[in-house]
Amino acid sequence: MSAGVGVNLENLWIRFGDFVAVRDANVNINGGDFFSFLGPSGCGKTTILRSVSGFLDPSEGRVLIGGNDMAGIGPNKRPTALIFQNLALFPLMKVWENITFSMEIKGASAKERRKRADELLDMIALPGQGDKLPSELSGGQKQRVAIARALCAEPDVLLLDEPLSALDLKLRQHMRTELREIQKRVGITFIYITHDQGEALTMSDNIAVMKAGIIDQIGDGKTVYNDPSTAFVASFVGENNVFRGKVKEIRGDEALIATNRSGDLVSRISTANQGKMNVGDEAMMFIRPEALSIAETGTSGDHFVTAKVNHEEFEGNSFNIFTEGDGGKEIKVSIPNLGQTFEDHTGQQITLEYETQNAVAVPAGELATE
Amino acid sequence: MKNGFLKNFYQHNGKVMGTALLVIISFWIGVLIILPQLSMLDYSLREYLPSGEVGDYTLKNYRHLIYGAEGASDPYNYVDLKVFMRTIIAAICVTIFNLILCYPIAFFLGQVAKGMKLRVFALLLIIPYWINEILRAFALKIIFGATGMINAVLIGMGILDEPFDFIRADIALYAGLGYAYILLMVFPMYNVIESLDGNQIEAARDLGAPWWRIHARIVIPYAKPGISSGATMVFMLSAGALAAPQILGGPSSLWFTQIIYQWFNDGGNWSQGAAYAIVLLTSCIIIVLAFMKLFKVNMGDIGK
Ligand SMILES: Nc1ncnc2c1ncn2[C@@H]1O[C@H](COP(=O)(O)OP(=O)(O)OP(=O)(O)O)[C@@H](O)[C@H]1O
Ligand SMILES: [Mg+2]
Repeated sequence: MSAGVGVNLENLWIRFGDFVAVRDANVNINGGDFFSFLGPSGCGKTTILRSVSGFLDPSEGRVLIGGNDMAGIGPNKRPTALIFQNLALFPLMKVWENITFSMEIKGASAKERRKRADELLDMIALPGQGDKLPSELSGGQKQRVAIARALCAEPDVLLLDEPLSALDLKLRQHMRTELREIQKRVGITFIYITHDQGEALTMSDNIAVMKAGIIDQIGDGKTVYNDPSTAFVASFVGENNVFRGKVKEIRGDEALIATNRSGDLVSRISTANQGKMNVGDEAMMFIRPEALSIAETGTSGDHFVTAKVNHEEFEGNSFNIFTEGDGGKEIKVSIPNLGQTFEDHTGQQITLEYETQNAVAVPAGELATE
Repeated sequence: MKNGFLKNFYQHNGKVMGTALLVIISFWIGVLIILPQLSMLDYSLREYLPSGEVGDYTLKNYRHLIYGAEGASDPYNYVDLKVFMRTIIAAICVTIFNLILCYPIAFFLGQVAKGMKLRVFALLLIIPYWINEILRAFALKIIFGATGMINAVLIGMGILDEPFDFIRADIALYAGLGYAYILLMVFPMYNVIESLDGNQIEAARDLGAPWWRIHARIVIPYAKPGISSGATMVFMLSAGALAAPQILGGPSSLWFTQIIYQWFNDGGNWSQGAAYAIVLLTSCIIIVLAFMKLFKVNMGDIGK
């Protein structure tokens, strides 16, 4: 297998009439990476993928695959294979014909194709199912056939457009692991599109987080989760509690934020924004539910938050407390269930505590809407 | 199965409506289709008596098509058989010609054109059919005539020195027949092609297929039911056309329907006419079934 063909998007703009679907995207995808584009519905993920596969021409900028400019090269000539959001298996062809369609085009004999189909069917754990029609397969099986069909074309880059979105939760989680394994085995570059941050975090080497045509941040899962560079990324990737306010003081790479509701709180400044935030700027501070814990009532300081408990719930692996928060949004506190007794706080005023390194401050910006 | 169908039918339409529909459909099939054809069959099997009395059963009328009138000089009825064969072959040619012409149109309408463009294009196809068939045929006759537009253009461009007789060469006839049934070919195909998921075309392209291969492997197999219902209608109607051959046919060209018409109308020999009509109908059905078998089309798919 040809390992390690990278993909670069350089100053990529895609417009539909006056509407800008992708705005100045710059992305370097290393060869052999599992790279995800993560963003809410309609943010331009499919549009980017279609420009890589050749179905859409960039309005401006370039798409490079393996260092070669792809301008003027059609989808049937690019070293990419696309797995469609709805799979697009050929309903009138048997499974093995579907899988080896790319070989049929190159004029391979039926015998060769059969052999290759059987190999790929073994790989996707569907041995002996080659003579079925796609309509006779389950959702997860169709999924795997679509992957085999794309892999059979021996692409350098496999493009996947939310291929798991139609599956139920259990199967989706199972297919995540399977996809990651297949990617490691074949060693080619995968570009994966999803609006599900769990999928992106579990599978990807690197993630680009998108919002309305703009790429907000590119980084590995840990970076994107722990060190978001914008308010959108902080609120879109994983659950987060937001505290709005103004920067009161900068202390190296930490900031003291005068929050609207919870007094002065101290926080780390996210890496991308260090040196760029000034006293008086509107800021947002984020703390994850699992980074908050209950402190002794009455304690106060720049890493304590006092709030009234609205309601509580038991989720199995954790107890969740919801308190009054900023701008009508509740603050969620998630306490791991280690078998401890858990008293009911509903209606009480409680004090929450966090460690400075677990709070992150970014310039105020648009939040992801759920 | 049949019970299930009836039950379903009633559930879907309600008791009163369901019964009304069944009565109407039975009336339509029985009184308007089956009964007239049976009486035709009956006519064709009876001896023709000029007095108008009902004759005895005989195969004489069918014999006439093959061997000609008793005591004729030729061993076979060459004149009628030739017209019969020519009609069938010409109808097949018209169908194939129509298929080649209409497939790209149907594909364009079904997959390429969107929104406004689609509506305008469809309207352009339909509007000419507001004009009745006879007028359309005469219009073609004028266009193809010796002083018609086509000859004028060809002479004007210096391609021809003197007018070409398109009517004598039957070109006007084929064009007229082809044009008459374009919609019947386009719409069933359009219907099916329109329902084809565009992603399948893109998937094939993404896997490296050139455009002709996409049509051969993805679009045409998918459109087969539409193609066969369109082709069946065009073939049946061309073979049975009367107005177009009447108006656009050259002086020498007879269409088989014209002979049938003559038997019924000019000759007043309904038995003979009925026998010819029955032969034409059965032959057409056999040819359609043979083609369906050849291209592996199921009867059930045709309605799609
Ligand atoms: N052919 C087109 N013409 C006009 N606008 C388009 C076209 N294709 C996409 N858009 C617009 O571009 C934006 C991005 O679309 P895109 O399909 O890339 O979203 P997406 O991120 O893949 O969303 P989803 O997660 O729902 O699939 C949308 O607002 C969409 O309306
Ligand atoms: Mg999409």
